[in-house]
Amino acid sequence: MADKTLRQIAGDGLWHNNVAFVQILGLCPLLAVTSSVVNGLGLGLATLLTLVLSNVTVSAIRNLIRPDIRIPVFVMLIASIVTAIELAMHAWFHELHGILGIFIPLIVTNCSILGRAEAFASKNNIGRSFVDGLTMGLGFAAALVLLGAMRELLGAGTLFDQAHLMFGEAARAFRLTVFEDYKGFLLAILPPGAFIGLGLLIALKNVIDQRRAAAPQPAPAAAELAAE
Amino acid sequence: MPLKKMLLSASLLGLFAVLGTALVAFTYESTHERIAQNERNTLLRSLHALIPPERHDNDPVTDSIAVTDTALLGSPLPQQVYRARKDGEPVALALTAVAPDGYSGDIGLLIAINHDGSLAGVRVTAHRETPGLGDKVDVARTDWVHAFAGRSLSNPLPDKWKVKKDGGVFDQFTGATVTPRAVVKAVRNALDYYQQHRDTLFDGGRSGAAQEVPHG
Repeated sequence: MADKTLRQIAGDGLWHNNVAFVQILGLCPLLAVTSSVVNGLGLGLATLLTLVLSNVTVSAIRNLIRPDIRIPVFVMLIASIVTAIELAMHAWFHELHGILGIFIPLIVTNCSILGRAEAFASKNNIGRSFVDGLTMGLGFAAALVLLGAMRELLGAGTLFDQAHLMFGEAARAFRLTVFEDYKGFLLAILPPGAFIGLGLLIALKNVIDQRRAAAPQPAPAAAELAAE
Repeated sequence: MPLKKMLLSASLLGLFAVLGTALVAFTYESTHERIAQNERNTLLRSLHALIPPERHDNDPVTDSIAVTDTALLGSPLPQQVYRARKDGEPVALALTAVAPDGYSGDIGLLIAINHDGSLAGVRVTAHRETPGLGDKVDVARTDWVHAFAGRSLSNPLPDKWKVKKDGGVFDQFTGATVTPRAVVKAVRNALDYYQQHRDTLFDGGRSGAAQEVPHG
């Protein structure tokens, strides 16, 4: 593990070991919040920030803490960071906080954050932990945005609705009405739509992986096939 | 030496607890004024949507009292009453109320009533109604709630304070009757409450003696 290159770490975070599509972690916020692109992006950025900060902090103190108390220390650090982010969000993105409010504290319970602290940051230096937190967070945020886009498009026929909650009044114009006079498809907005959407996205990722593995390529692809 | 080890672990744990608390305390210190200001502005904006600023010259956010009436205001918890006055004379008030029988639980309402007992307006402030069906009571979706403006206990008469399906005058939505029914009933109850307590609702609690706005 310790001899992975930064490129490999990034590849794992963004694709091969994606938090949402491969590790299937953090499903509570993932499924609950993604009824629109803006909600997904808001929670994705908050999670990304938490992951980066917690990974860097944990990595910085990794030689200081003893193994028998590491988990309580990680939990305490993550909880403090999330609380600080929630307060900051309440102060500067008040209306978005109104929508995402109850899910921000839930980032504490997103196991991927403790998971990365334990599995990666506690064993790697600060730079590598930063890259890991950044790419894992970006991979998760991308999954949230993708699922949000899919559900908003199918459910309401728009994209980037209510972007002004995040980017200020000028962003009202970001709203794209993709289908005029769309009646809406309720299922996509309701929780079952989240499960179905996530399932389809995971299937899509697997199909892409299989296509890549099957394509006649030199050694690495063959090795992947053999591994399956 | 297990005791020494234990003490070391414990003090490390304590140290990180202190650091974590310090981080949260510092963030709270640097944000709480802004957060309080945000909450105040949000409240003032929703009040001004119902009672325009030119109708009053006081500060309804601080000129408020808390009242409790489980039967008519829909909740055993205290509800806020924000009073608007001009030159000391009562103009209107806005009270929070709950419609306890929504399709998915409580619907939070802000109901503004003019001094003469007619409605200045109604807004749904919190709900978990079905998107696309029951959520049409939300002013961000449709302008259904505007049907309340100008209504009073004599317009329509009490037995017409219902949705059309139940023989009243208010529209319901296709596929969603429960939500508008709950809102109509809650607004009517609030008007009853106002009629019973009109004389006392504008008294007391003035000059900064306002109660804290309860936080959800």
